[in-house]
Amino acid sequence: MEIIVNGVTETVSPCTIAELAEGRGLATGALVVELNQQIIKQEQWSQVCLKTGDRLELLSFVGGG
Amino acid sequence: MMTDDALLLGGVRFTNRLFTGTGKFAANSQIPKMLAASGSQMITVALRRIDAQAKQENILEFIPKTVTLLPNTSGARTAEQAVRIARIAREAGCGDFIKIEVITDMKYLMPDNWETLKATEILAKEGFFVLPYVLPDLPLAKRLENAGAAAVMPLGAPIGTNRGLETRPLLELLIENCTVPVVVDAGIGRPSQAAAAMEMGADAVLVNTAIATAADPEAMGRAFDLAVRAGRIAYLARLAEESSLARASSPLTGFLDEEQSV
Repeated sequence: MEIIVNGVTETVSPCTIAELAEGRGLATGALVVELNQQIIKQEQWSQVCLKTGDRLELLSFVGGG
Repeated sequence: MMTDDALLLGGVRFTNRLFTGTGKFAANSQIPKMLAASGSQMITVALRRIDAQAKQENILEFIPKTVTLLPNTSGARTAEQAVRIARIAREAGCGDFIKIEVITDMKYLMPDNWETLKATEILAKEGFFVLPYVLPDLPLAKRLENAGAAAVMPLGAPIGTNRGLETRPLLELLIENCTVPVVVDAGIGRPSQAAAAMEMGADAVLVNTAIATAADPEAMGRAFDLAVRAGRIAYLARLAEESSLARASSPLTGFLDEEQSV
């Protein structure tokens, strides 16, 4: 299925947010997830299954002034 | 008079009036050292899409829990984008403070005052402590106050230029007329410029580039702390008046060899 991750259309197998993050080796402590402009808290990552057409933003805090 | 000179902002009592930023440090490990040396109690962070290639350090782990986070909305070009970033930052556990930064001009990085006002109106209603980064414009500052801003943060000079208080006469208008705290943000390049802002009566200053890109950010953090304290004490002590003509500091009578006409 196709989803849009950080503005890029990607083909992925059906999975939860937690599985996608783990598959990409993302450090969960730093990760902030927004799905279709809704913030998804870390506790829910393993319960939310991604669907075709979802817009996922994988974010983190960085240095800034 | 000097016993309790804390700055109250968003229900937090700041005994240190130097706000700092986390941008541009050569290594994140310099941040906690700078915070310890400067005593800064509020620090900015930004939110970005993850970079799969970059080293994944969690910048929040380099900021002691005693320091208040001030996430910024940098990257936003509209009020809507700023609001979205603010909500994400709060949901992600960064607290209720938000620095609104909406920039559409990428050459001078001038803040978009109109979009900033719109974002402030929305976020203040949602219970955020909004610190809008703006050009020093008095009517705008009053509108921001009415919209519920917790403070206003006018720039001294464009971001990262280290040119100091180029907007000084306009900053003075804000300092004299605003009821919310005025935090001079952006452009301060030297401790002496931070001291000058505080002497004028600014309630705090926000310094990032000048500290982060100094050869020794830890020592520069300490230098800025001392400058901000000196400037604040000088402001409270009320500066003596300027004069175009010289006014002798020593008595002009009783000189040696003076003829006495008794």
